[in-house]
Amino acid sequence: MADDFLLPDIEDPTSAPFWAGTGRGELTVQACGSCGRWRMPPRPMCPHCRSLEVEWVPTSGRATVWSFVIAHPPLLPAYAEFAPYNVITVMLDDDPRIRFVGNLVSGPDGSIGEIDATTIVIGEPVEVVFTRIDDVTLPRWVRRS
Amino acid sequence: MASPQAAKSIRGSTAIVGIGQTAFGKGLVDTELSLACQAVSLALDDAGIAPAEIDGLASFTLEHDREVDLARNVGLGDITWFSQVGYGGGAACGVVGQAAMAVATGQANVVVAWRARKRADPASRPWAQVGGRLAGNHQWTRPFGLLRPVDEIAMLTRRYMHEFGATRDHLANVALAFRKHANANPNAAMHDKILTRDQYLAARWISEPLCLFDNCLETDGALAVVITSAERARDLATTPAYIHAFAQGIPPQHQTMTNYFNEDPLRGPAWACASRLWRNAEVTPADVKVAQLYDAFSPLIPLSLEGYGFCERGEGGPFTDNGNLEWPDGGLPTNTAGGGMSEAYVHGFNLVIEGVRQIRGTSTSQVDGADVSLVTSGEGVPTSALLLTVDA
Repeated sequence: MADDFLLPDIEDPTSAPFWAGTGRGELTVQACGSCGRWRMPPRPMCPHCRSLEVEWVPTSGRATVWSFVIAHPPLLPAYAEFAPYNVITVMLDDDPRIRFVGNLVSGPDGSIGEIDATTIVIGEPVEVVFTRIDDVTLPRWVRRS
Repeated sequence: MASPQAAKSIRGSTAIVGIGQTAFGKGLVDTELSLACQAVSLALDDAGIAPAEIDGLASFTLEHDREVDLARNVGLGDITWFSQVGYGGGAACGVVGQAAMAVATGQANVVVAWRARKRADPASRPWAQVGGRLAGNHQWTRPFGLLRPVDEIAMLTRRYMHEFGATRDHLANVALAFRKHANANPNAAMHDKILTRDQYLAARWISEPLCLFDNCLETDGALAVVITSAERARDLATTPAYIHAFAQGIPPQHQTMTNYFNEDPLRGPAWACASRLWRNAEVTPADVKVAQLYDAFSPLIPLSLEGYGFCERGEGGPFTDNGNLEWPDGGLPTNTAGGGMSEAYVHGFNLVIEGVRQIRGTSTSQVDGADVSLVTSGEGVPTSALLLTVDA
């Protein structure tokens, strides 16, 4: 059951604003409050200017596939029932240095194993959708033409 | 008198003088601590050094048993230096190299470094630990089913194949070469198991683009080495494997295993480690006669070949063609005891011992004139490497 998926601690002080954003249906990214550079994953200090000031900014939610895997068993039972399933890494159109790991699905309620693995290609354009599991909202990705 | 430049490095001032290992297998009955003690005891006997002479201990942070446990079993005396290195498979050469630094700087005279592991222990598979919410790096990957180390490396592998044109045939070259070496090594877990290219290509997927044979083994076993000064080494019966150079490496903006978030994820820790290793060495990649490259997964071999400078960026796949990694005729015989993929997976510590055997001339796939022997630790994690030489 997807209810048994491994889920993030949405109260982790560093990443809580991200998970709050997905909960509102927004894909946000941490930006330096001083120099403005975006960074992912979020962290306390900007590696470019060492500022501790952070803000969370909206993104386009549009990206392209950077890489992907198709996972086969042995897997944790909660995931094994969907295998083989895809896991993709995407890079944002807004800033290709900002990447997210997720799944390619047909829609917010799609299964992680539903897309024909042989059709996934690096470079294909995708956009974010949001899947609610328990109290967590995960960003996932659908194809855009 | 040494030049000021030489005085700054540990080059040639220490050597590995003892090696010991238990049997490798699945489901060994002895405890990890017992295995550790057996390996250390064998290494001491190999070196001809008494337990009372050991005054330093080096190990992995992954090690479940601690220095005090080892010391009171093997019967060690006063220990004046002890340290551990982190990052799992990245640690092996670091453990040995830091022991060498301790000897070279007078913090210890004789150091034992070891690794013991029972894969049957559930605690040895961190990815299988469930319960609680994910914090830190894992929250960005595991909810989506990127669960295992093989998944994390498969993500980099797909991108590597895309960017540079590496193929499954290149990965098969790696798996087949190491299996061939294991077939010659009676101590290898896969000694009796032949692997063909057809078998490789027909194997079940684990995490596409990686199949079963792109993965290392799961092994119980323990290994240990004894490190002392070059001066002391000359009084011992074994052939010293001099530690010519040692380095560790973390590149900028590195994220362990899931290194997808920086400008150039395929320029891994090997690059940072290699820059220090070659800077401190009097030899170059062209002088290396035999290599033990960390192989938890086959694609780490082309990535390491590039990082350590054996070929250009992106040429690691083609470098493996035409049996180039195979003993005896390849240009760079690699993982000559079978490596993590076909001898034993003990977080790469078996690679250190095989690197020593090549210098001693006692490998089951012995390279003629192996006077410079490279050993590396995990690519994809903060890493380390050793250059071992016949001459101090």
